[in-house]
Amino acid sequence: MLLQQLINGITLGSTYALIALGYTMVYGIIALINFAHGEIFMAGAFAGLFMVTVLKINIFLSLILSMVFCMIMGVVIERIAYRPLRKSSRLSALISAIGVSIFLSTLALMVFGADAKGFPDNTIPLIQIKLGPAEISSLQLLILGISAFLMMALEFIVRKTKIGKAMRATSQDYHTASLMGVNVNRVISVTFALGSSLAAAGGVLVGILYNSVSFNMGLMAGLKAFAAAVLGGIGSIPGAMFGGIFLGVAEVMGVAAGYSSYRDAIAFAILVLVLLIKPTGLFGQKIQKKV
Amino acid sequence: MSLLRMEDVSIRFGGLLAVYNVNLSVQPGEIHSLIGPNGAGKSTIFNLITGIYKPSEGHIYFDEKRIEGKKPYHIAALGIARTFQNIHLFNDLTVLDNVLIGAHTSGKWDLTGSLLKFTPWVRSDERKLKFLAMESLEAMELTDKTNELAKNLPYGEQRRLEIARALAVKPKLLLLDEPAAGMNPHEKQVLMEMVKIIRGKGITIFLVEHDMKFVMGISDQIAVLDYGVKIAEGLSEEIRTNPKVIEAYLGKGAVH
Amino acid sequence: MVEMMQNLIDQIDPYTLQILMNIGIAIIMALGLNLITGVTGQLSLGHAAFMSIGAFTSAILSIHYNLPFSLNLLVAGLTAAFIGALIGFPILRLTGDYLAIATLGFAEILKVIFLNLNITNKALGLSVPPPNTDIPMPFVIFFVALVTIIFMSFIHNSRFGRSLMAIREDEIAAEAMGINATRYKLQAFAVGSFLAGVGGGLYAHVIAYINPSDFGFMKSIDILNMVVLGGLGSIPGAILGASVLASAPEFLRFMQQYRMLVYGALLVFLMVFRPNGLLGGVNFTRLVLKIIGKNKPARAAK
Repeated sequence: MLLQQLINGITLGSTYALIALGYTMVYGIIALINFAHGEIFMAGAFAGLFMVTVLKINIFLSLILSMVFCMIMGVVIERIAYRPLRKSSRLSALISAIGVSIFLSTLALMVFGADAKGFPDNTIPLIQIKLGPAEISSLQLLILGISAFLMMALEFIVRKTKIGKAMRATSQDYHTASLMGVNVNRVISVTFALGSSLAAAGGVLVGILYNSVSFNMGLMAGLKAFAAAVLGGIGSIPGAMFGGIFLGVAEVMGVAAGYSSYRDAIAFAILVLVLLIKPTGLFGQKIQKKV
Repeated sequence: MSLLRMEDVSIRFGGLLAVYNVNLSVQPGEIHSLIGPNGAGKSTIFNLITGIYKPSEGHIYFDEKRIEGKKPYHIAALGIARTFQNIHLFNDLTVLDNVLIGAHTSGKWDLTGSLLKFTPWVRSDERKLKFLAMESLEAMELTDKTNELAKNLPYGEQRRLEIARALAVKPKLLLLDEPAAGMNPHEKQVLMEMVKIIRGKGITIFLVEHDMKFVMGISDQIAVLDYGVKIAEGLSEEIRTNPKVIEAYLGKGAVH
Repeated sequence: MVEMMQNLIDQIDPYTLQILMNIGIAIIMALGLNLITGVTGQLSLGHAAFMSIGAFTSAILSIHYNLPFSLNLLVAGLTAAFIGALIGFPILRLTGDYLAIATLGFAEILKVIFLNLNITNKALGLSVPPPNTDIPMPFVIFFVALVTIIFMSFIHNSRFGRSLMAIREDEIAAEAMGINATRYKLQAFAVGSFLAGVGGGLYAHVIAYINPSDFGFMKSIDILNMVVLGGLGSIPGAILGASVLASAPEFLRFMQQYRMLVYGALLVFLMVFRPNGLLGGVNFTRLVLKIIGKNKPARAAK
């Protein structure tokens, strides 16, 4: 029973982690809470759905194409709505992000309607695999596998490539990095591209997992993923992964323990508690204020 | 009896010992300077006195009362005001507002005062603060700038506004962190006179400064800090010729 | 007197009156948040939570006890202020975006709690009886809004208000001037929550039906938009922002389903071209002085 909940929790949590990574990377570099990120997740889900149901494309190819689609979308949004505001107060950029979020969810409502849509039943052949007393479905395995693969790919890009090095430098010190010849604009675009593509993957996977895609799925998922990023220590990539999985497990356990009507409060209660004990999140670094 | 006394004060940041076993005392009415190379821990000492940091060991006495570990706002209310090395003005407020905020501890009406704004009590409170503020601005020759935004002042005037704001606290002890930094020789000369006038009003001054000419021309006592340790203390002339000080500034071998 | 008011109100068409009442409530909400975020500089993403506390307190009082409406509103405001202070006490130690996310978290938790309580009638919400007062509702709202505006302008030019602005500008320097930042932040938070509570009480009785889901994240964002759009920290700005955004849905009604689309795009557009808000950087005292010719000419920028 516990093992079963743990499997379900980790599966849900890994999708939170995929979204949380985008929040944490963007925040790490330009200190913006990108509230439109949840809508990218939603857009990813719809893009995947559209390709599978209308264009009849294979699910795996759809997943990749949806990631590419959101990648472009993320970069374009940054260009239009955030880049002009880079020198303004951070609150202006935050409001701009909220504007984008409202725009995108309304657009989805108009294009796809208010009802939740589902993926066709045969998108992923459903096989239950016995795992001792628990079961893991082929779908869950797939979600875990894809999430793990994407996170490792991200870790590789950030640690081993030249652009990853530039990203780390920029997140350490934006101005020094630009003085050292790092093309900050390019780094920011790449950050948005990577974060958005991960959110898109999360969107498609969640859409299949719950068999439901709707225009307002981005808001709560986005808020929870952001909570996960803060929980892990915003700006920290391993922190976001851990935070997402932790919140996913906590939520599933809470529901299993009979608190299903408090489902959406669980993530936030944990977040607030952690912040009160460790104000910079679990893996966040304390910044010594220069006086 | 000293106004300010530090007894065996040390502070550690992680493994780094930033200030080690410092003993220092500032007598009432004097101008006391703290000098030393970059990173010697001078600003850290100011931050210890004003309660931004808490010493790992040792005690700090002000007016014979222990103040280490007390909150910064509490220490300010006791009569210690300061300026900052990298200017910390309230940038988007006017010069007058900056100094009125400096006078904060002399007022007493809070939230209820806003409700009772036009009652005689609150008005006399406000008048008192305004008077104090204008007095401080006068001392620093900034009265013609009252309605400017702090951020629009030229650099030298920003430094002076910081001192005016600290004066409005009505301090017994004024801590000046590199007050002459970035000023031209003429401005420095003017500042030196102003500092002397402030001392003339009975305010004790403890200052950190890099400009030796400034320090030598103004100080009664000079303490020298190097790598967080006090290496010398005395009158200007003694410091100027102290081999340890020369070594700290110019490196080993310079004495010969 | 009351009859006169009623006569006056009968002259205005109900639709316009509804919009005016929405604007009045929005002004109260926006000024409360402006004190917290604009004046004191503490970003709150959960202001709607305090509105919901006031709305439900006020509604429950109207349903179960026949208090005079003025007393009812006062209790609603005080309850919100009390809970605001209770929540503020631990979380106001957090700074910047951490504070923002903690306020957001608290608001979401509170919403879920209200969705589960019997006294708030869970997800079904409450029908609110008419307020226990002879004075017509529009006048009550305008009066409260007016008092709020006056009170806020008093605060701006007082020792209390200056302390709040000092905290916004530079907390370290503020403390070095003897300002107990935690205490003042808490007071600002409590006053802002009080106004949200009063605004919530008025809202509950105007709309006559309230549901915990009405006070979610998007409602908090709506209020924040009013403050930022007008210009953070500016009273005329908050009033303008509240007036524009509270009436915008009506003016944009002809666009039907495109309304929210335009709203979202407009937010981005406004921020890109006017990042400090519509009235950001406009100093009204100085503007007035200039108009009546009392101001010295502004020094040329260097």
